[in-house]
Amino acid sequence: MKLTLRVWRQRNAADDGAMSTYEVDGITPDMSFLEMLDTLNEKLILEGEDPVAFDHDCREGICGACSLVIDGDAHGPERTTTCQLHMRSFRDGDVIDVEPWRAAAFPVIKDLVVDRSAFDRIVQAGGYITAPTGTAPEAHATPVPKPDADHAFEHAECIGCGACVAACPNGAAMLFTSAKVNHLNVLPQGAPERETRVLDMVEAMDAEGFGGCTLAGECATVCPKGIPLSSITDMNREWLRATVKGARR
Amino acid sequence: MWDSTVGKKAVMAVSGLIMLLYLVAHMIGNLKVFFGPQEFNAYGHWIRTVGEPFMHYTWTLWIIRVVLVAAVVAHATAAYQLSRRDIAARPAKYVHARRRASYATRTMRWGGVILGLFVVWHILDLTTGHVHAGGFQEGHPYQNVVDSFSTWYGNVIYIVAMLALGLHIRHGFWAAAQTLGAGGRSRDRALKGVANLLALLLTAGFVAVPVGVMTQVVS
Amino acid sequence: MSYLRYTTGEPVADTKAPSGPVHERWDRRRFEARLVNPANRRKHTVIVVGTGLAGGSAGATLAEQGYKVVQFCFQDSPRRAHSVAAQGGINAAKNYRNDGDSVHRLFYDTVKGGDFRARESNVHRLAQISVEIIDQCVAQGVPFAREYGGLLDNRSFGGVQVSRTFYARGQTGQQLLLGAYQALSRQVAAGNIELHPRTEMLDLIVVDGRARGIVARDLVTGRIDTYFADAVVLATGGYGNVFHLSTNAMNSNATAVWRAHRRGALFANPCFTQIHPTCIPRTGDHQSKLTLMSESLRNDGRIWVPKARGDDRPPNEIPEEERDYYLERVYPAFGNLVPRDIASRAAKNVCDEGRGVGPGGQGVYLDFADAIGRMGRRKVEEKYGNLFEMYERITAENPYEVPMRIYPAVHYTMGGLWVDYDLQTTVPGLFAIGEANFSDHGANRLGASALMQGLADGYFVLPATLNDYLARHPHSEDVTAAHPAAREAVDATRERLQRLLSVDGDRTPDSFHRELGELMWELCGMARDEAGLREALTRIPRIREEFWRRVKVPGTGEEFNQSLEKANRVVDYFELAELMCLDALHRTESCGGHFREESQTPDGEAARKDDQFSYAAAWEFTGTGTAPVLHKEDLVFEYVHPTQRSYA
Repeated sequence: MKLTLRVWRQRNAADDGAMSTYEVDGITPDMSFLEMLDTLNEKLILEGEDPVAFDHDCREGICGACSLVIDGDAHGPERTTTCQLHMRSFRDGDVIDVEPWRAAAFPVIKDLVVDRSAFDRIVQAGGYITAPTGTAPEAHATPVPKPDADHAFEHAECIGCGACVAACPNGAAMLFTSAKVNHLNVLPQGAPERETRVLDMVEAMDAEGFGGCTLAGECATVCPKGIPLSSITDMNREWLRATVKGARR
Repeated sequence: MWDSTVGKKAVMAVSGLIMLLYLVAHMIGNLKVFFGPQEFNAYGHWIRTVGEPFMHYTWTLWIIRVVLVAAVVAHATAAYQLSRRDIAARPAKYVHARRRASYATRTMRWGGVILGLFVVWHILDLTTGHVHAGGFQEGHPYQNVVDSFSTWYGNVIYIVAMLALGLHIRHGFWAAAQTLGAGGRSRDRALKGVANLLALLLTAGFVAVPVGVMTQVVS
Repeated sequence: MSYLRYTTGEPVADTKAPSGPVHERWDRRRFEARLVNPANRRKHTVIVVGTGLAGGSAGATLAEQGYKVVQFCFQDSPRRAHSVAAQGGINAAKNYRNDGDSVHRLFYDTVKGGDFRARESNVHRLAQISVEIIDQCVAQGVPFAREYGGLLDNRSFGGVQVSRTFYARGQTGQQLLLGAYQALSRQVAAGNIELHPRTEMLDLIVVDGRARGIVARDLVTGRIDTYFADAVVLATGGYGNVFHLSTNAMNSNATAVWRAHRRGALFANPCFTQIHPTCIPRTGDHQSKLTLMSESLRNDGRIWVPKARGDDRPPNEIPEEERDYYLERVYPAFGNLVPRDIASRAAKNVCDEGRGVGPGGQGVYLDFADAIGRMGRRKVEEKYGNLFEMYERITAENPYEVPMRIYPAVHYTMGGLWVDYDLQTTVPGLFAIGEANFSDHGANRLGASALMQGLADGYFVLPATLNDYLARHPHSEDVTAAHPAAREAVDATRERLQRLLSVDGDRTPDSFHRELGELMWELCGMARDEAGLREALTRIPRIREEFWRRVKVPGTGEEFNQSLEKANRVVDYFELAELMCLDALHRTESCGGHFREESQTPDGEAARKDDQFSYAAAWEFTGTGTAPVLHKEDLVFEYVHPTQRSYA
């Protein structure tokens, strides 16, 4: 396959950036999208050009590092991570636009690499259960009903890639935040901090400059792990419940 | 509550639901226009006497008006502040833009602005009579309605606004339920159904009046 | 060649493990270890490099204890450390199934599974701690799979006959890592951990014989900085990426451990690498990494190849009697659940016989038709759904209908920095935990034991043993960037990066990595022999020499530069690869993941030579390309007596 790529190039955070056009040849359908970019980069290096910077690591869809908007879709046309997108989803001669995540809270570092540390700070605000090492009771002391365990797991699957923010017309981090709130709040172990967790995490989310939720649903549409939109509804309920209870620390 | 995006959205949801409730009553009242001037005007009078003798004449109406104004102000202020925040949170657009959300969802902001402007016109037209076509007659709502919808622009403004209202409710009702945490996967289809039904009924119910005037069913 | 003429130095001994009954040693060590007064802990700074299961849990726990922790990861977030990708599960001797499991059995299985090349004291401690790990993780909210009664579910894994593996669908590593990451985040918020993401350790600073700091590069700005502490903990994972193609993440690398090795830490058993039997076969030269399919699939999937060579019929058209379920045939007791090294080698053997399937004949079938017939598709989906999805996404084949194709791939490295019972390397004050050390798995790691070891080291072992070191070295004199040792380390780092940038040749760093990896897979992979290893040891220095002549690294060092990061890692792979080959060459026995063609039983199984090689080989660095010094740690087996492993 031969493809035309239009890629966002930006030297650093201060630079303005613009789309640049490249041709790549010899692409096979078995390649992953990132392997296609590897091919481009090998070529660019030998031509003395700066290769395209992009975040990537595990390349098996679980670390959440890769983060490209491909033809306007976060992670591209398939519902998966960019690293698990294969070139068989494209056709010979296609023109493909590749851009970074766009959000005020995710400033561009270089080319397609953005700073997602805001997510870490949201978790730091309360996305945990306080259980210092050594304090744990026997694991079977508290059975967890299977539906609750499954519900927790479904939300715990979030890989923190930020596609939800990238796809959201408001640059909101509601799906990310709600996934963690729901994972921990549904478990009996998470109950003691149930109220403070949701209040603190939402506050941190707002402080990072993410937008608000207009329930456009784009986030859940692109989420590679299938975190449902109802996750946001559940978090809203948790937040209202905590607010009504007056559970401020 | 007001400091948080989630709280502000809850304020919008509650104020929106208050307005929605009012609209349902308003629409049912409007339909009385089809039963002739007497019944319609009597209804207009009744609104002012509701709650008597406990309430004084028009007290209940004023309470409703105050609540509604508070709801409109809260709704609009929250919407304005949240919109500014949302736009700031997404300063750079994608070169390759793609839209996937429904039309109703994408038009909430401008739809809201249209509805706001409409409400102002509507009050000046049929409550205070400042922009009324023909002679506005206090206490004769039937005639006022017929006058309004006898002008082409009166019909256009009204019908366009009611279509915007339908779209606004279609997304707004469902979204309000999500914002207040009342949604959920099992209830999602039901909520969407109710939202569509409400949007359809309200739009049809309201639009029926100008259509009635235009077709001379109401004259 | 001078490199081959290694010398044997003084034996290295673990002086920290107490004697006495094996099950009392950990208690004794903890009792005998000196403690740091809680009020004094704040005065101690500990550097932790890496935020995976070992590093994340260690950082969180040390901070909880009151130490000031300075922690690093090269990823943009601690949550992305490669532990996240572990699929199958984590072992613990809970005996919830009442199927005869016990701490002693887990200990026994691990020593045996490691082919008697691990230290008994360490392994027993690991088995003891395993049960506490599960309690800890459940308390943190790790959503392990549960049964309808609300209690934890277990499954069985390769190499054992009990069900002791706890799991969270196919994402156990992710869930455990998030638990550690959340605990870490809590400590970051509390101000007890200073976190440096996108920062890569490039050298170790040793002052007066003790590890006192690191040199690290901010990957965003390119700034090179020094950080100082009273102790340095390396939790930087394994070195599987020496092979270029492996199941490791693209950026997993060996630079931290290798730089520590160059600064005096002995490197043990580098040739003990694990080839995982169930990975998705490669599709072409563009391949950048290999993807693992959890070993748990072997619980219900049946492995087979056609009986006839070159049978290229589609799998569903090959009748039952023309299929060879070779693992079930050769190892009837364990069947498809034999340990990884055995399963991998068996796959290689049938492919070498010409019975491999798929493009290039480099694959075997993993068939779920029977499982679907037995349990129903729904149940199979519940257990393995995400793995099947992943497989289909990569291969565009539906494993519910067509058998999966799998082939072995480099997955884990048992070797690593030599550590004593306290997990301290031979450089005082430098500790290595998790996959970065060599300690617990011997020559082969059992499935679901890596997560167990990472968390045991991080949550429980290191926090106890580090106390002892810090108590014995009460608040050390401050070291600053002006110290000659620090300046020397910084200068050396700068010079190395500058040299990489200035070659301006005509080959990319990745092309060298690929060349080295192919050589290693060919000559130091699943089966090794003397001629091949000697050839590798001749070729590696040549590639290295060519690298320094022809590599092209674009850009500068003062910016975000992924090519420079890559090139700098490749530099260390060359030296490490050389040591792996030398270690493999010197160990003329077969054991676990190390299979020497010259040392096998008549029926092709690995033949150990306990009389000659019952030791851990700890190598001392003497210079690039110059012969290292071998220090042996004799292994004593008091409880599990070495026998030829039998899984038949």
